[in-house]
Amino acid sequence: MGTALNLTFIVLLVVTALLAVLARDLLAAVIIFSAYSLIMALMWQRLQAPDLALTEAAVGAGVTTVLFVVAIFKTRRREEEEE
Amino acid sequence: MRLFHNYHYIASMLLFCIGLYTVIVRRNIIKKLIGLNIMETSVFLFLISLGYLDGGIAPIGIGGADPSRMVNPLPQALILTGIVVAVSVTALALALVILLYRQYGTLDVDRLFRDEETGGEEGEEKGETA
Repeated sequence: MGTALNLTFIVLLVVTALLAVLARDLLAAVIIFSAYSLIMALMWQRLQAPDLALTEAAVGAGVTTVLFVVAIFKTRRREEEEE
Repeated sequence: MRLFHNYHYIASMLLFCIGLYTVIVRRNIIKKLIGLNIMETSVFLFLISLGYLDGGIAPIGIGGADPSRMVNPLPQALILTGIVVAVSVTALALALVILLYRQYGTLDVDRLFRDEETGGEEGEEKGETA
C-alpha cells in the first residue's frame, strides 16, 4: 500500500516534470511546475519529513510560482520560434 | 529485487536527467530556470531518501516516540536550508532575466549571444534611453 502510493507519486513527478519541460507556453510550464512542487510536498510527507512538506508547499509551490509569473508578465509569454 | 527497493534513487536520477536536458538543450532562459529547479528538487529527494527508514516515523520527540524507529533528521535539517537557498537563487536569476530582457529584448540564448557579437551597442543605447 505504502509502496504503491510512493510509486504513484514518483510517476506523477516524472510526468509533470516532462510536461513542464515540453510545454511551449511559459505560463503553462510554470503552472505545471507548481503542480510538480505540490506533488513533491506530498512525497516528502510520505518520506516522514513534515517540516520539509510544509516548507515546500509554502515556498516551492507558492513563492516560486509567484516569482516566475511576475517575471513572465514583465518579459514575454511565448517561447521564441526557430528562425 | 534490490533495484526495485531503491526506486527513490532511480526517480531522483530520472528527474535530474530531465532537468539537465532542459538546462542544456532548451534555449529560453525561463525554461532553463525551471529545469534548474527540477534538478535541485531531485537532489533534495535523493538526500532525503538516503535518511529514510522503511516503516520509520517522523523525527518529532513528543509523546514518548521511539527514537530507534525515527528517520534520520540530519538530511532534513540540511535540505530545509537548501530549499530556502533554491528560492533565493531563483529570485536573483529571475531579476537578472528581467534586466536582460530590458537590455536586449529577447529571452533566447542564441539571439542573446548574437546580439552581443553584432549589435551590442544598439542594445545598450536602447537600455539607457528606456
